[in-house]
Amino acid sequence: MKRFDYIRPVSVDDAVAAFRPGAAYLGGGTNLLDLMKIGVIQPDTLIDLGRIAELGPIEMLPGGGARVGALVRNSDLAYDRAFAAAFPMVAEAILAGASGQLRNAATVGGNLMQKTRCAYFQDPHSACNRREPGSGCAARGGDNANLAVLGWSDACIATNPSDMCVPLAALGAVVEVQGPAGKRDIPIADFHQLPGDQPETETALQPGELVIAIRLPTEAADFARNARYLKVRERTSFAFALVSVAAALKLDGQKIIAARIALGAVAAKPWRVTAAEDLLVGQAPTEEAFARAADALLEGARASGDNGYKIELARRAVIRALQMSAAGTPKRMPALPASPFGDVAEEHSHV
Amino acid sequence: MSYSISLTVNGAQRRVQLDDPRVTLLDLLRERLDLTGTKKGCDRGQCGACTVLVDGRRINSCLALAVTLDGADISTIEGLADGDTLHPVQAAFIEHDGFQCGYCTPGQIMSAVGLISEGHAGDDPERVREGMSGNLCRCAAYHGITEAVVDATRRMAETTERKSA
Ligand SMILES: Cc1cc2nc3c(=O)[nH]c(=O)nc-3n(C[C@H](O)[C@H](O)[C@H](O)COP(=O)(O)OP(=O)(O)OC[C@H]3O[C@@H](n4cnc5c(N)ncnc54)[C@H](O)[C@@H]3O)c2cc1C
Ligand code: SF4
Ligand code: FES
Ligand code: FES
Repeated sequence: MKRFDYIRPVSVDDAVAAFRPGAAYLGGGTNLLDLMKIGVIQPDTLIDLGRIAELGPIEMLPGGGARVGALVRNSDLAYDRAFAAAFPMVAEAILAGASGQLRNAATVGGNLMQKTRCAYFQDPHSACNRREPGSGCAARGGDNANLAVLGWSDACIATNPSDMCVPLAALGAVVEVQGPAGKRDIPIADFHQLPGDQPETETALQPGELVIAIRLPTEAADFARNARYLKVRERTSFAFALVSVAAALKLDGQKIIAARIALGAVAAKPWRVTAAEDLLVGQAPTEEAFARAADALLEGARASGDNGYKIELARRAVIRALQMSAAGTPKRMPALPASPFGDVAEEHSHV
Repeated sequence: MSYSISLTVNGAQRRVQLDDPRVTLLDLLRERLDLTGTKKGCDRGQCGACTVLVDGRRINSCLALAVTLDGADISTIEGLADGDTLHPVQAAFIEHDGFQCGYCTPGQIMSAVGLISEGHAGDDPERVREGMSGNLCRCAAYHGITEAVVDATRRMAETTERKSA
């Protein structure tokens, strides 16, 4: 690991003022420190956000939304009673990711900013346009079975690995940032960037900007009764997704009034298509209606390597996740969060 | 630049001078404080062998920089027993054959202590397996580990009930 200077500001203003090119903000360190050890990221200064109290709170907003400070630990958010009751699929997604130890350390800001798990990105000896612009993409002719089937480019076929971001995208969260030019809001749909010919530009953050909070809008709480996260992976726990789905419905009896769906692990950002959600409005929650929405969500999907299987897997996962959400949010967090091995209609509370 | 931090490690105050901020909590414990009970498996957050409690919460000490932890309260496997009396989780691991080679065991035990105090798994084996998934065991002693954690959870709950009765 390259030697760095360490600073620990106590306010966001001081953190921003301390930033200069070559510095990196440190949250829980579970991604940054890992990548520094293997030489993928080599900051010359670490700006530790860990003591900035203003980044700490979880606030439930009047009217139904919420504001979550960037330093809130993943486990604290998932187990916050009020937050989890209002946004159950966010809690389920967080608990389906990483491990108990990692969730205790990982922050909301760091989770939002985590890097792709593409094996070649993580290997400084491989060609990787995302890590080293213009060097090529070793994944194109390599192990790409878990890489993107949507929104990829010839320059990069990597996926965003975050579970938490998938329901946040479905619910239209807003990312609050602060930087040298002041504060601004970025809709989560615009936060993570598709690779195009500049895969090294991973997010909409400008140099020196940091995430200070995420906000869930008032209407996001309307989906609490019918919201699920489904994560398909190679083992039941402690594995990244092959495909994941956040699916939520607002129901009036047997009629869908509104729907929210996003796919994870299929693109460089959580994949949401509002036209697919609109197809469900006014429909009954049937498998046929869900299949039409799934097809619309996956429109344009194509293999970028040995990963064509992910398209059909994603289609089926969307249908299943919608069925699970139609059956109702479980009364208690399932023993195996987001697992496909539960009964669709298991221990739900509201039907 | 040199960094001075103070830690409470297994109840004792320690002041540590770090001439390099790259030191992880794991390396500090093993190389500087002679607490080699905490193990290094992957050094990348993937195995759980390095699990310790920081301010009562379980984390992977390989992914925490010591310098960030100024003022923290650290508990490692060495501080768990009360003299010759084993902690209930330690005793349960022995009774239920929760290990073979033992390399993952300090991390498994510290993780279990953290899991039990979090209080979300109770004595449901499925929830215990899920809650312990960050701790890999190359010897695959998982069956005994799950039994040990479930049993220790029950015994610790009984003790608390008896105390409060
Ligand atoms: C073994 C393992 C398994 C995992 N499995 C999963 C999984 O299944 N699902 C999943 O979703 N995740 C998984 N993760 C990833 C984990 O969720 C992330 O490592 C974690 O969320 C990152 O948060 P952090 O606070 O530790 O970030 P850090 O490591 O501190 O930072 C990550 C990045 O974000 C930047 N950053 C941090 N905070 C801010 C901020 N406030 N503003 C701007 N930039 C910031 C840093 O500079 C860095 O580039 C896994 C990780 C490991 C090691
Ligand atoms: S897919 Fe993207 S991240 Fe992976 S090697 Fe290619 S350019 Fe790098
Ligand atoms: S050594 Fe820390 S998780 Fe493996
Ligand atoms: S007992 Fe050998 S690794 Fe777990």
